[in-house]
Amino acid sequence: MLEAGFIIKSLIILALFGLTLLIATYSTYAERKVAAFLQDRLGPNRAGPWGLLQPIADAGKMFFKEDFIPSQASKWLFIAGPCLSMLTALMATAVVPFGDSVKYTTGPNQILTVPVQPIDVNIGVLYIFGVVSLGVYGLMIGGWASNNKFSLLGAIRAASQNISYEIPMGLSMIAILMMTGSLSMGEIVSQQHGGNWNIFYQPLGFIIFITCAFAECNRTPFDLPECETELIGGYHTEYSSMKLGFYLFSEYINMFVSSAVISNLFFGGYNYPFMDSVHQFLTNNLGAIAGHNVATLIGTVVLFGKIFFFIFFFMWVRWTLPRFRYDQLMNLGWKGLIPLAMLNIVLTGGAILFLKPLITALLK
Amino acid sequence: MVYDILYFNKHHTSYTIHHTPYTTHHTPHTPYIIHQDFKTMADKLFYFLSFLALLSAMMVVTAKNPIHSVLYLILTFFCLSGHYVLLNAQFVAVVNIIVYAGAIMVLFLFVIMFLNLKQDDEEAKTNLTKIAATIVGGTLGVILVAVFRKAQLGTYNPYSFNSQVGMVENLGEVLYNDYLLPFELASVLFLIAMVGAVMLAKREVGDRHF
Amino acid sequence: MNYLPSDYLPIIVQLVLALGFIVITMLVTHNIGPKRNSKLKDEPFECGIEAKGDARTPISIKYFLVAILFVLFDVEVIFMYPWAVNFKKLGLFGFGEMILFMGLLLAGFYYIIKKGVLEWEK
Repeated sequence: MLEAGFIIKSLIILALFGLTLLIATYSTYAERKVAAFLQDRLGPNRAGPWGLLQPIADAGKMFFKEDFIPSQASKWLFIAGPCLSMLTALMATAVVPFGDSVKYTTGPNQILTVPVQPIDVNIGVLYIFGVVSLGVYGLMIGGWASNNKFSLLGAIRAASQNISYEIPMGLSMIAILMMTGSLSMGEIVSQQHGGNWNIFYQPLGFIIFITCAFAECNRTPFDLPECETELIGGYHTEYSSMKLGFYLFSEYINMFVSSAVISNLFFGGYNYPFMDSVHQFLTNNLGAIAGHNVATLIGTVVLFGKIFFFIFFFMWVRWTLPRFRYDQLMNLGWKGLIPLAMLNIVLTGGAILFLKPLITALLK
Repeated sequence: MVYDILYFNKHHTSYTIHHTPYTTHHTPHTPYIIHQDFKTMADKLFYFLSFLALLSAMMVVTAKNPIHSVLYLILTFFCLSGHYVLLNAQFVAVVNIIVYAGAIMVLFLFVIMFLNLKQDDEEAKTNLTKIAATIVGGTLGVILVAVFRKAQLGTYNPYSFNSQVGMVENLGEVLYNDYLLPFELASVLFLIAMVGAVMLAKREVGDRHF
Repeated sequence: MNYLPSDYLPIIVQLVLALGFIVITMLVTHNIGPKRNSKLKDEPFECGIEAKGDARTPISIKYFLVAILFVLFDVEVIFMYPWAVNFKKLGLFGFGEMILFMGLLLAGFYYIIKKGVLEWEK
């Protein structure tokens, strides 16, 4: 009953799942190396060559720690918190395109084209919006179930922060949709063919979006939910072993996913300048199917280059900017970003309706 | 039901799609989708989702801990979204998740967490309230059953049915052309709701805040 | 493009993978770690100061108000998505509609700011 298309999709999902976990694991290593570099230190260098086995050692340590549940905590909710956090983080990659398409011969003269994307649906952008809005449950339930005042404060801060920054995030995506006219991620990316990236049309939208991405991932300068000088560990104060690991891990997965979404929405995803000539060259030399698949692979590598740059950017900002105060955070979200995002929508609408016909008329 | 149109055409004994008029207008873009296996699979998914939805809805009512109730309610919303997806109403499915599971349930969770859960309000569970609740609930149940027994199910024409009617593009076109006035009135409603929320939750002198 | 419910099938694969990973990790970490309990260790960690009461306490109404406003704004943002997708088709007329919609929204927003709901420093 299962056919080739479904099996290829399943393999893509499996590969992406492993890749997500691998990248999240090594992001912890990268974070420490970047921090060390920015602060003129060496960073982890004992486990394996250049400390490359450090994340594995960390994971092993976390597995063997005591799985501690405080006596006053609500046991099942305490366990559910980190699991929900991890689940939402892992489900977020489902609509993100990680490449053009794979071609596959199923029979004589029958070629199956499968996009390198778990699911290409009509509502791709909204799916991401939905997963982001569900991410708040893990933090809130975990923090509340700990029955610790610091955890509760961290959880409520996290929830307020996440929901506040969801609105400008949604609004900044609207300006892109006005240009593309589709909610499908695959469609949005393929419209940025070559070097025609959205960043050139939506610089303001990009700044709003990346600010919100920082806030949604609880990264510095918006890491108030877990600011250790005020709240010990924030919502994960009471956690230990892999339950703590899940919270930390889901932060890195979220970082990877938001980097991927930013690359796809604003920086053309797998598109790069002169990709048509590369595609032409490869199909001429390797044959239609193999050439296409190699070209897809190159596009995927380019996309991962962009993703790694944004992951580095997240870390760079973390070790450069100090933390906001809570009232500054809320003021920025509500009084700064929301009006700005609305202004961006009006400007985009005006540009599409008035500026574009004017320019085309002048060019004639 | 609409499932028949989306998965197979019941007027034909053979379920291979190439003979039905519906698919001549809309050729499926991937070859692994519509056939008999998938129709039975959709059936199974329908029953599974319905069972899960009813079970979690029961748990919402019976769970002792209100936070558990909220989690079960979220699960119920996910099952409903699954049903919307089976009906190909993709926009409604995801909006159900974003607005109900993502926004309104967060508000519920806030409210429950802010309540003082230590004092069990035993006095609210007297026999009188139980009897009254049973009568009211039973009446509502009887009315619902009576209504749905008489209700006319919407009919459809399988030959002219457009399976893409639930997509965001078509929805937007209808909403912003035919239902313009309700849409603008909705924004007035939001304005009133905002004012109401501010009036209800205005801070008083001496309130705790941290 | 013709979208169908079966497009969503691969997401089940992803869900099963994610759930499997989470459940296995939780079971493994629960079973291989040590277990040593004591009365003091089981208490909530509050910097060594003796804990008074528990964390089931009412907190500031401002967070609640932010949640209500979030629900309202969230629904408004959702209303804009079908419009944005059809923006080019609806043209100037649609743009006017949305300006009116956003104008009313901003009126409410102005009211909220004037009422001092979003002031956190006080």
